Amino acid sequence: MESIIYEISRWAIPGLIFFILLYASFKRVKIYECFIKGAEEGFSLAVKIIPFLVAMMMAVSIFRHGGVISLLEKYCGGFFDFLHIPPDILPLAIMRPLSGGASLGLCTEIINTHGPDSYLGRLASTMQGSTDTTFFILAVYFGSVGIKKYRYSLKVGLLADIISFLASVFIVSMIF
Amino acid sequence: MINIIWVIMIISGIMLAGLRGQPDIITQSAFEASQAAVKYSLELIGIMSLWLGLMKVAEEAGLIEALAKLLRPFTKLLFPSVPPNHPALGSILMNFSANLLGLGNAATPFGLKAMQELQEINKEKEVASDAMCTFLAMNTSNITLLPATIIGVRLAAGSANPTEIIGTTLFATTIGFTVALITDRIMRRFHR
Repeated sequence: MESIIYEISRWAIPGLIFFILLYASFKRVKIYECFIKGAEEGFSLAVKIIPFLVAMMMAVSIFRHGGVISLLEKYCGGFFDFLHIPPDILPLAIMRPLSGGASLGLCTEIINTHGPDSYLGRLASTMQGSTDTTFFILAVYFGSVGIKKYRYSLKVGLLADIISFLASVFIVSMIF
Repeated sequence: MINIIWVIMIISGIMLAGLRGQPDIITQSAFEASQAAVKYSLELIGIMSLWLGLMKVAEEAGLIEALAKLLRPFTKLLFPSVPPNHPALGSILMNFSANLLGLGNAATPFGLKAMQELQEINKEKEVASDAMCTFLAMNTSNITLLPATIIGVRLAAGSANPTEIIGTTLFATTIGFTVALITDRIMRRFHR
């Protein structure tokens, strides 16, 4: 089962490109001209999100390097103990919604320190794969089209992150 | 809300670094992060152009519309405010599938495209529409079949079974995804 999923993922992109181009040829689309027309938008879209990227990445970086995480680790560790969640996972839980790069770094560190097949290693792996960088996505996606009022999006995203986190803890301690 | 969180992150970071007597860490991380942001967007230009080009070909061939038609029963339920066969539905689906297969690089261009298309049918241009909120609830809690990056990390760390976390990830993301969609629906009622 796992290897099937893996193979699908490996073939997805080549398969998709192949299928789109083949189908478009049958439909007699002017493929090359069409591709260029679409690709032209790539530049402006990528440039448009720069201010949002700078704002988010800078804030997250200051937050992280300022030492807030170790402070939280010190004072919230007890609460995690109470929930039977190893406190070592706390920095990852905090960074995950903020930054993909930083949380991947933290996750890799846990995996390398405690071993990929340890409880912590499996938990960190599951958590990293289960939630997304909610803040980052909201800032960039809304920013790219000029939306200023996010309404309830942030709350929904963060709630889902917390639930996924708890679900990860639950399933990893159940299965392994 | 994002305003407050953004300011709190920066202020608390600076204060703590100051208390530890290491303000230079802040200077350095602020500059480095800003440069990293531009570097990331430059890398994104190529991938964006590639996928937006292919999307245009697929659109012109009628593939996106066919896809939207095929998934009508689901999209009608999830995005009642988006007209059937609207191209946004195709982009949303492509974004979902890319996330499902752990292809983060491909997901971003489709996602940004979907936002653009949803913005075209949005009445108030500065306020997130219902459909945008649902799409982002989906996107930030996407069901994941293959957490590709993390499997790579586990493999490199010498795991006896790097893919053993596929099942647990699928479980956790399915729960998160369900909660996100339900909460989105409930919140919508209270935010008229």
